[in-house]
Amino acid sequence: MTTTEASPVHDVDFKLELYRSQVALRRFETRAYDLFLENYVKGTSHLSIGQEAIAAGVAAAMRPDDWTFATYRGHAHTLARGVAMTPVFAELMGRANGLMAGKGGSMHLTSVEHGVMGSYAIIGAHLPIACGAAWSAQYRGTDQVAVVFFGDGTVNIGAFHEALNFAAIWKLPVVFVCENNLYMEYTRTSEVTAVAHPAADRAAAYGLEPILVDGNDADAVYAVARTAIERARAGEGPSLIEAETYRHGGHSRADPGKYRPDEEVALWTSAERDPVSRYRARLLELGVEEATLARIEADVEVEVDAATEAAKAGAAPGEDLLMKDVWANGGAEWRN
Amino acid sequence: MAELTYREAIARGIAQEMRRDESVLFLGEDVGAAGGVFKGTVGLFEEFGPVRVRDTPISEQAILGAAMGAAMTGLRPIAEIMFADFFAVCWDIVANEIAKSRYMTNGQMSFPLVIRSGNGGGLRFGAQHSQSVENWAMMIPGLKVVVPSNPRDVIGLMAAAVRDDDPVVFLESKALYPTKGEVPDGEVVDALGTATVLRQGSHATIATLGLMVPRALAAAEELAAGGIDCTVVDVRSLIPLDTQTILRETSATGRLFTVEENPRVLGWGAEVASIVAEEAFYDLDGPVVRITTPHIPLPAADTLEDMALPSVERIVTTIHKAMNS
Repeated sequence: MTTTEASPVHDVDFKLELYRSQVALRRFETRAYDLFLENYVKGTSHLSIGQEAIAAGVAAAMRPDDWTFATYRGHAHTLARGVAMTPVFAELMGRANGLMAGKGGSMHLTSVEHGVMGSYAIIGAHLPIACGAAWSAQYRGTDQVAVVFFGDGTVNIGAFHEALNFAAIWKLPVVFVCENNLYMEYTRTSEVTAVAHPAADRAAAYGLEPILVDGNDADAVYAVARTAIERARAGEGPSLIEAETYRHGGHSRADPGKYRPDEEVALWTSAERDPVSRYRARLLELGVEEATLARIEADVEVEVDAATEAAKAGAAPGEDLLMKDVWANGGAEWRN
Repeated sequence: MAELTYREAIARGIAQEMRRDESVLFLGEDVGAAGGVFKGTVGLFEEFGPVRVRDTPISEQAILGAAMGAAMTGLRPIAEIMFADFFAVCWDIVANEIAKSRYMTNGQMSFPLVIRSGNGGGLRFGAQHSQSVENWAMMIPGLKVVVPSNPRDVIGLMAAAVRDDDPVVFLESKALYPTKGEVPDGEVVDALGTATVLRQGSHATIATLGLMVPRALAAAEELAAGGIDCTVVDVRSLIPLDTQTILRETSATGRLFTVEENPRVLGWGAEVASIVAEEAFYDLDGPVVRITTPHIPLPAADTLEDMALPSVERIVTTIHKAMNS
């Protein structure tokens, strides 16, 4: 099994950008949590706090015209592709200035202009869909790569296996990224999964190399993602990456995550394991000045505050949106 | 003008669109080198090659996921689900993903794709390879649904479906594959959302679809001999639904009978009956009557299957009784 250590990425500017991205994802999600408590955000949401290194590290390895397919836990993956915070906050709040004008909500973030080809709330569904986009790129010869993120629970649903086989036999330019956060919803994944490494241990079944990476190390994630994406772009077919990580909170807004042992939570949220703290420490070790990092953090804080206020200022979606865009002609008529 | 079978019309319809537009691809199980299990796609693999006509594993979710992902990135795939009953194993991709994603994304994406499938009974295949599932598809907002009843409509509606920018579920009546019909030379292009009046009568209107169309026409001939002259409307397209034609033809005769292959409950005729009740009630001279398969899984034995599906005899008897009561 390939276990990738921190990558030899020495460009400090690149690393600072990767740090900024992770801080932005962290602060967006903590603000989203606050907005729930303040009842600005209705419904549900699934936060990526603790898992930022994966979304940030993979996005850094993608070309602007590559495609992201995310899950209902997809705020981070959407933002990491360059989507502004305001429309994402506004979508969570159900406002007309939302990314989809309030018609999709937290679980379905989509921004085609940024290559974010949807966030999917049915486990596993987007793996075959990502294969379809990859097939399209392959047929049209565009060199684009589809990257699809999913959780450890997904490896036990049929669509995962159909998609992996499909991608392998057609040598599709698709990179499968399993974010193994140890829990499928409220149940420990190891209790309901036949193998120790839910994705990596399945790779051999599809003729793929098992790839296991520390998902809380953005440099390591970037390195494996870059290799996999280059491989896909070169026509060498799909890769399956398992990135081990941990969500700091519960599964969704309704879940306090009490089924997890205190010592486990303490370990994974510690400065040594937390991806943002870890990356910060690494930058300091590399000689980056404290003031530089503090400025990035302050800038993100300003961005989050401004986006929050801009999103709140949005109007509620009007009735004109209700019957819009069922069909490509913009309407909803089903009879004459 | 040439005489083609319904199955030959499928290959011709797909070929017509693939020749015209390189963004049209075709995929499914056994569709390529084998020419389809119903021999509906013979010749496509030879003409267009393995890149545009692709055999897939038995992976219905992967087939439709591939179609969806290809459509959202600018291609116009045609995917085959061999038997319509198999929609049940990939219904998430159809009902949750393909149908909803345009609306959910506020119109950021379009899904110009066609899912064609062998639908319905008549071949003694038993309950898991014979159900008529047009009402499954019809009830999902975001899907268009067409059911051709003859070779000309197969080609014309296939062209309309491929050229449409929305997802179209294209249901082929399996028992019609060997039936023949005249097809014009050259390109045939029809329009979705249009019913056709196949027979004009003055006493009653029969609205029907797919395999039931030839049976309704045969029944109308028998009824005419007995003095009941029927209009026969081939509904063809369930979504969009040409209610204007159905309402006009119902009002003209004052009676409406639906002949549906689907199981009784919430078959397409129920929606048609409710529209007629709301919008043409005062033009009716009697109740709308639905002639359907009973609300049962379809049995395999020929005698039982024949009892289950609306037959010419049952159509004649039901209409005769209703018109004389």
